[in-house]
Amino acid sequence: MKSWNNKAWFLVLPVLLLVAFSAIIPLMTVVNYSVQDSFGSNEFYWVGLEWFQEVLSSERFHNALMRNLLFSAIILLIEIPLGIAVALAMPRRGWGVSVCLVLMALPLLIPWNVVGTIWQVFARVDIGLLGYSLTQLGFDYNYTQDTLDAWITLIVMDVWHWTSLVVLLSYSGLVSIPPAYYQAARIDGASRWAVFRYIQLPKMRRVLVIAVLLRFMDSFMIYTEPFVVTGGGPGNATTFLSIDLVQMAIGQFDLGPAAAMSLIYFLIILLVSWVFYTVMTQQDADAESGRGHS
Amino acid sequence: MARIVLNNIAHRYASSATAAGAADSYALKPLSHVWEDGGAYALLGPSGCGKTTLLNIISGLITPSQGQLLFDDTDVSHLPTEQRNIAQVFQFPVLYDTMTVAENLAFPLRNRRGSNKLGNADIKKRVDDALVMLGLEHLAHKKARSLTADDKQKISLGRGLVRTDVNAILFDEPLTVIDPHLKWQLRTRLKQIHREFGHTMIYVTHDQTEALTFADKVVVMLAGEVIQTGTPEELFRHPQHTFVGKFIGSPGMNILSCELAGDEAIVEGCRFALPTRYPALSGNIELGIRPEFIRLVDTGKGAPVIVTAIDDVGHHRIVRALLGRQLLDIVVAEGVAIPANPGVVFETGSIGIYQNARLVSASFAEKTT
Amino acid sequence: MIRRAWIPVLYIVFLMLPLYWLLMMSFKTNQEILSTFSLWPREFTLQNYITILSDSSWYSGYINSMIYVVMNTVISLSVALPAAYAFSRYRFLGDKHLFFWLLTNRMAPPAVFVLPFFQLYSAFGLIDTHIAVALAHCLFNVPLAVWILEGFMSSVPREIDETAYIDGYSFPRFFTKIFTPLIAPGIGVAAFFCFMFSWVELLIARTLTVTDAKPISAIMTRTVSASGLDWGVLAAAGMLTVIPGALVIYFVRNHIAKGFALGRV
Repeated sequence: MKSWNNKAWFLVLPVLLLVAFSAIIPLMTVVNYSVQDSFGSNEFYWVGLEWFQEVLSSERFHNALMRNLLFSAIILLIEIPLGIAVALAMPRRGWGVSVCLVLMALPLLIPWNVVGTIWQVFARVDIGLLGYSLTQLGFDYNYTQDTLDAWITLIVMDVWHWTSLVVLLSYSGLVSIPPAYYQAARIDGASRWAVFRYIQLPKMRRVLVIAVLLRFMDSFMIYTEPFVVTGGGPGNATTFLSIDLVQMAIGQFDLGPAAAMSLIYFLIILLVSWVFYTVMTQQDADAESGRGHS
Repeated sequence: MARIVLNNIAHRYASSATAAGAADSYALKPLSHVWEDGGAYALLGPSGCGKTTLLNIISGLITPSQGQLLFDDTDVSHLPTEQRNIAQVFQFPVLYDTMTVAENLAFPLRNRRGSNKLGNADIKKRVDDALVMLGLEHLAHKKARSLTADDKQKISLGRGLVRTDVNAILFDEPLTVIDPHLKWQLRTRLKQIHREFGHTMIYVTHDQTEALTFADKVVVMLAGEVIQTGTPEELFRHPQHTFVGKFIGSPGMNILSCELAGDEAIVEGCRFALPTRYPALSGNIELGIRPEFIRLVDTGKGAPVIVTAIDDVGHHRIVRALLGRQLLDIVVAEGVAIPANPGVVFETGSIGIYQNARLVSASFAEKTT
Repeated sequence: MIRRAWIPVLYIVFLMLPLYWLLMMSFKTNQEILSTFSLWPREFTLQNYITILSDSSWYSGYINSMIYVVMNTVISLSVALPAAYAFSRYRFLGDKHLFFWLLTNRMAPPAVFVLPFFQLYSAFGLIDTHIAVALAHCLFNVPLAVWILEGFMSSVPREIDETAYIDGYSFPRFFTKIFTPLIAPGIGVAAFFCFMFSWVELLIARTLTVTDAKPISAIMTRTVSASGLDWGVLAAAGMLTVIPGALVIYFVRNHIAKGFALGRV
């Protein structure tokens, strides 16, 4: 058992001060802006929840939110199964492991705007391998003109960028399964599918919860990569919440609505993450309460 | 159920073979052995002696580098595990966490395909039978992950028992994670099941008590080799190897280095009568005598010893004594006085002579002299 | 396992294709890129790299990125270590809420913080300094570091602490001499992820810098738009930003899997 000791607060204090500086103060600023309006630089008026009402009822916000939700849903549907499949097929020992780990982790360590640049170049119809090949094969592909093409490009880019995270997480879950489980499954005559369904998937659940959470949060916050590749276009087709927000705050300097939108945005992420987390760990909690404190 | 025959089976792991290539790179040295149908066997030996390798060869988890494996008269050397119809219980309980206890037990039956496929009613009946056998009826619909370690291990065992036609049930140190007081219970339950259903059981352990209480026949292994097979009584009476002598019995056999002189052995200058004449033998010659077969007498009537300690272990005492420079354990019954100037007498018929750790059989000795 | 080896192979090919294209482009002249389509350079040139490496703004961009990334890693770890220890060893008033609240910071969209950060650091006169970026990146790296380290620390038996205290070790001496070496792999993993997330982030880094502390990736964007799209130089610049990440992965490759195994990422 952990011992009760309030002096432990002193150990947490540095983190608290630092995060207070880099999170609480900025967040207070945002809250402050969200309830005021300004004319000129230094005059502020209390407007209450007006900005929130405006943002929540604006079509621009709704559209961006729907795009974000759709994008995150597609990303999760592709990256999670693909990541698991790759992890299952990865070698378990030998030189192949290092090769796989190093090559697969590579996209994760590339600055996000460079990821954007790589794909912008790769997908261009005139000079990009992908765009040029597709055009030569007779596809009418152009991500700067066509909404669907732009979406496909962004999704493939995100799959390229982040699936490895799911692979690495799943792989670490898989290698931590004791060999006796596989041996017992062979003794019991279990099929390949049964081994996956009843051994590997349950044992991977902990890391998969984390993979889903991370991929949801990060795909929902996505900014740099689409900004570089499509700039939110064509039209507003790929204008996600982040892009819209930065445009509003820095481009148009609409501080009030931008602040209100920030808070709503943040709350949505917290809420959805919490729901994911609760649902996916529910089983865990059931089992724990069944066992009691024995 | 089946009679299991090992025909010159040996195994070496791929990496060790390339590294050394020598004879001692075997995890399991060439071995022939017959496990009779319905026998309860224990496979006893220190960790790393090849017990688990041998077990996994029988169940097919490891393919041996050489040799043939027969179930009754069928060669199963190249059959995959799932077709050998073997049950195996591992050191740590293996359960399908997301299933209930009953579903866990039904799992091996549901995996059957083709002509072996069972109907739901059959499956349910067998699962219920297994639950009763193990005394787990009340847990049938609980999630397996919420159980205690010993219940989990019972379910691992149960997955073997549901298959009534199983060829053999193999146990790989199954009681490692079980509380000491439950070990005894579980072992009794195993014994009962064996008596009732007559499965061939092979039980791997490094604990002599477990082996001797469970098995009709004990197979002792050391460094990839079977050094003796026999009933617990035989292992106690006639150890074929000094390791068996020392490993089995508490305290183990006294092993004293000695010289041979016809029908006498000379230990530290004292002469002890042997049951037969031995020829002159080369190598490391030792005399083995169990502490139970040494009597303490007054000096003059036996070889003089110096008592260094006396441990009272309940129904008898263990006297630790020095014979010259060699240590001796002697079991003395309760109520028997320990002489002030003691000497020792060895019971002639219980002495064994070992050449390089292996017993020199009396008949061999007689023939060659 | 052999049968399904084509899945990872295919996946790696998919990962490598865009990078291959970038690499090839970086060895082509801009004229060749625009005029002909070829899978490898017809006229191999290193001119693009020479252009970049001889330009001091590129060079300093690298240094800038490295400085704030290292500063951030050091700050994050040094505050996260004691906090993670507290969370893994003690119960205290509000500990669970505090831990969850820390994690919520990892969920905050950087876009939300861009403007307030700019104002905050302006107020302190920290705009265009390395420390500003390093502090701002603590927003998401400190919670991450605490989380990873707490996982590693919880796997170290508490008895070790107790024995050390009984042996007369003071807390700071125990922490530095005994405990830190025990969780060295955990510190490595945490450092790796701090490095990674600070290195790849651009939005905040770009907003808080003007010239003196401008990160390499931001300089890349600027230069390219200014020079009227010299694709060869752009590709070479991209390749140069890939290299540090590749080096880091190569050196920590044997520890990554272990860090992930704790599920604390």
